[in-house]
Parts: sequence; structure tokens; C-alpha cells
Amino acid sequence: MIYAILRRFGQMLFVMFGISVIVFLIFFATPGADPAARIAGRNASPEVLEAVRHSFGFDQPLYVQYVKMMEKIFVTGDLTSFVNRGWKVVPAVMDSIPVTLSLVFGAAILWVVVSIVIGVVAAATRDSWLDKLLMALGLLGISMPVYWLGEVMNLITQSRYHDSWAFSWVPPLGYKNFSDDPKGWFLTLVIPWITLAILYIGIYGRVLRAAIIESMQEDYIRTARAKGLSETRILLRHALRTSLIAFVTLFGLDFGALVGGSALLTEVVFGLHGIGKLTYDALQNLDLPMIMATVMYASMFVVIANAVVDFIYILLDPRLRTS
Amino acid sequence: MILSVRDLKVSFRTHDGMVRAIDGVSFDLGESEILGVVGESGSGKTVSLLAVMGLITDPNAVIEGSIRYKGRELVGLPARELRRLRGNEIAMIFQDPMTALTPVYTIGWQIAEQIRAHRNVSKAKAMERVEELLAEVNFPNPHEAMSRYPHQLSGGMRQRAVIAMALSCNPALLVADEPTTALDVTVQAGILDLVRKLRATHKSAVVFITHDMGVVSELADRVMVMYAGRVVERGSRMELFSDPRHPYTRALLGSIPPLTGDKPRRLLAIPGSPPSLLRLPQGCAFGPRCPAQYEPCATGKPDLRGGTHAAACYRVAQA
Repeated sequence: MIYAILRRFGQMLFVMFGISVIVFLIFFATPGADPAARIAGRNASPEVLEAVRHSFGFDQPLYVQYVKMMEKIFVTGDLTSFVNRGWKVVPAVMDSIPVTLSLVFGAAILWVVVSIVIGVVAAATRDSWLDKLLMALGLLGISMPVYWLGEVMNLITQSRYHDSWAFSWVPPLGYKNFSDDPKGWFLTLVIPWITLAILYIGIYGRVLRAAIIESMQEDYIRTARAKGLSETRILLRHALRTSLIAFVTLFGLDFGALVGGSALLTEVVFGLHGIGKLTYDALQNLDLPMIMATVMYASMFVVIANAVVDFIYILLDPRLRTS
Repeated sequence: MILSVRDLKVSFRTHDGMVRAIDGVSFDLGESEILGVVGESGSGKTVSLLAVMGLITDPNAVIEGSIRYKGRELVGLPARELRRLRGNEIAMIFQDPMTALTPVYTIGWQIAEQIRAHRNVSKAKAMERVEELLAEVNFPNPHEAMSRYPHQLSGGMRQRAVIAMALSCNPALLVADEPTTALDVTVQAGILDLVRKLRATHKSAVVFITHDMGVVSELADRVMVMYAGRVVERGSRMELFSDPRHPYTRALLGSIPPLTGDKPRRLLAIPGSPPSLLRLPQGCAFGPRCPAQYEPCATGKPDLRGGTHAAACYRVAQA
């Protein structure tokens, strides 16, 4: 067990190292990509360019620049932005993490619970009107782009119907710290959670329904019937249990990506300054240290999410335990 | 009489119309009797026993006729009632032990699940019973085996676990659907010994489905041969093996190499393949493949004729 965790950790370091090198090279070493020119702005004189180059350390060999940047991210933590000089990058990332985690965790709980219910009910009532209705709603959820859905949600809850009894509780957009104001934290996030979860509820509900229906064809389901178990028990303890493996795979990928910044659209629509928003702004300004830091953070989360998924696999499927 | 099946018919609605998979099967089973059901794949042997178990879940299936278990009619019995019998009084062993157990639970858990579905006992009590059962089906280390997952056991061991599960509630009737087909020959022999022993200890009646005449000759008290959804011959084991009447039975027996006497230069093979149930030939379904075919065979489906040893063949009726 300890060996497995250590191996995972080693893998994580390796992946992060690889990603950092690639991202670094893309911005520093691709032909035509001169960070000094970008920072100095258009029509800068050669002298200014030279000064910028020296001041940011671009005149040093690439590997030195790379090591320095990594050192500043991971060791000293005092990497500063190229765009707003003096703005510390690492604290900025640290401040955004709770926002994104709050958004994604809440949405994940919502979409896992609701999609399991939908998948099970649809599979149990297969081909009935209820099944068809749920699957049609799922498809609808998948088809609605999150930025559109988010804006519609805002239109309804912040503007048109904000004064009605239904939505007067919705606070203005923005994030409230959990430690300062737990109730405010929860209320501001309810609508973003629902918005983000709807897409995934659609996908996961459909995937789970298909997986359950497939496992209902298995021989062990016939055995379970021959044992005289109730249909409910067969569905929940035998079919659902074995179907969760596909579900967890998907979850690991989506969760890792969302925490790593894919929740950008939701964050922007709801004015949540999370990792996605931070990365997006950094890319707009080509703020390299910030890009580097957010990418490092994202890759770490993707790898951690994968490790957690592997761990859940082992809990779910005893066949993976021995080998 | 434990089980009495009369004129059982199972049909499936398909795009090409109704397909009759079982066409008027009747048989009786006495207490602690072993009935061997023999036939090729698609002859309807499994479907007819799944009908007995109430395990045909296909919504397009239509089941007609009568299945009486200890005098109680099973056809049309509500699912709840049927469930109370299944796994409790009527148990089943399946063909492929590799896939018959849920992969994510220990075998102890799975057997205890069945016990607790039918008996009001504590988990600990159920587990004690599981250990006894596993010992009974010759697990060398039953206590340890309980916490094993199916994938950690060999095929023979899994089949023993499935048998232990089937026996957990002392069923009066055990349906075994080719339980030895997926196993090695040596393991097969062990399983057959086990079935015989269990008949003696548990007094269960057994319906043993197989396509292996050798297995039938070792185990069965009485034998029923099926072809294209109909019973073509039935009788005691002695009657059937010493005096096979239906050409199909004769052909099946002729395809087994004899252990004594002259070796035939070539083993007998039955020409052709079983007919599609969608396009059954006019008259006797075996007619087109039958070496003894003559005019009446094409005119109608022969009924089973004879007393305890009966065959469905015009030639036999004529003789």
C-alpha cells in the first residue's frame, strides 16, 4: 500500500516535470516567441528590449531560466507576474483554489447523487415513458452550453424574477469565503453548482443507465434471480455496484479537468475568481509566470484525481487488488 | 411427485413472427430422483428449465401449459410468490461458473445473501452455515474460502461454491444446467460425485441438463432426450442406453466411441445441423437428418408413444 502511494507520488512528480518543461519551452523557446518583446510591447526600441531582457533574466541560458522559475514557484514562492510587476503569483493561485474547489466539489456531489438516481431509475423502468423522459432531459442538459445556461440562470435569478419569492434569497454574484460567512458561501454557490452540474448529470445519467442495462444481461444477474433476491436488491447490490466502475473512470477525468481550470466558463459567468478565471486572464496577457503556476497546479490536480480514481477502483473491484 | 410439467410451451415474439422454442414438453420428477435432459444446443433443454424456475425475463416470451411443484401451479404465479420458492425450494446451478458469481463480492457474502433472503437469521449465523456448506462441497479450507473473491478461485472451486450456494436452503429440487461443461474432465468427475452425494444427503431431486451422454450414463435415473423443442424419447437410463428407440437417440449414442468390442472405423456423425426454430420442417423435425425417414415422417409430428420408455417416432409406433 505504502509502495503504491509512493509510486503514485513519483508518477505525479514525473508528469508535473514533463508538463512544466513543455509549457516552458512553448513560451520561451518556440521560434518567434520572445517573451521580452511581448513584455516590452509593440515598437519598443532595442535598448528597451535589452533592458527588459536583462531585468527579467531572459539573457541567461534556458535551463537556468527554467530552474529559477521552478525554484520561485515551489521553493521560495516569490515568483512575480511579468505583467503586474510585484504581484506575487503563488499567493494569487492559492487564493483562487478555494473558489474553484468550492464550485467543483459542490457541483460534483450534486451531479454524482442526481445522476445515480436518474441512471438507476431509468434503467429500472427501461423503455417506459419515465425512462424516455429522463433520457430526453439528460440530452437537453448535455446540449445546453454552460455559458448560455449560466447567463439564463443569472437573468432569471438576478434580474427578471429576483424580486419574486422564488429567487429573492439569491445573493449578488461573487464569492464569499466559507470561513467568514458559511451561509453566504452556500447561497452564492447554489446557482453555479446547479448550472455546472446539469451538463454532467445528463452525461453521467445516460452512461450509468447504459452500464446498468448492460450488466443486467450478465450471468451473475441470472444467478442473483435464481437465488430469489428481490429485483430492487439485484439492481442496487449487483447491477449498480458492478456498473460504477465506468462511472468512476469518467468522474476522475472530468473532476480533475474541472478543478484544473475547466470550470472557467462557469466561473466567468458567475463572477467567481477561481483558477479558470486566473488562467484565462493570464493567457490574455501572456503572463508567463502565472500561466506556469496555474498549469502546474492543474496538472497536479489531474494526477491526484487520477490517483484517487485508481484508489476507488481498488475499493470497487476486488479483481484489481491482488495484481 | 416433486415436479410435474404438462404440455409446456414457450414461444417468443420476434420480428419474423412467433417462434416456438418449447413445444409441448411433459415430464415428472419424483423425490430425490435424477432426471437427465439431453440434447444439442438450441434443443430447448435450458429454456424449458428456465421456464420452470420462472427465470425467463424476456417480455416477449409466452409460457403456456402447466408446471406443478409439489402440486402447486407455477405458471402465472405472482413474482413475489415465485421468488419465495426460488433459491429456497428450487435452486439452480449454471453452466459457466466463471461468470455466474458477481465479481465484486466474496463467495461467503454471496452465499450468506441467499440464506438471509429466505431465512430470518443473523449475519453471523448465516456465515456459520456458509462455512458448513463449503466444507460439505469439499473446500479444503472453508473458513478461508469464505473471504475469497470469485476470481481468486479455480473453475472447479467456483462451481463448488455455486453448488454450495444452491444447497444453502436445502432445496427439494435442484436444476443443474450443464454444470460440468465448462470444466476439465477430472474436475467434472469431482462435481458429478458431489451431485450424487448431495442427492443422498439432502434428498434433493435433480434435473441435470447436459449434452454429454457420458455424464447422463453415470448420473441419471431417468433420461429425457430433446430435439427442436420437443421430447423425442424418454425412459430409464437402462432402457435408453440398452435399447434406444428414436433414431436421434441412436445417432447420439453411435457418436460415442465404445470402450469394448471392435472399434468402428469411423464414428457415426449426424448429417446436417439442427433446424432453425423459425423454419421447422413439415412433420417430424428430425426427418431431414434421419436415416430411417419414410413417407409418414413428413406428414405430421409424431407423439410420444409407449409406457415408461416412450419415443416420438412413426417407425417405433409401427414396429
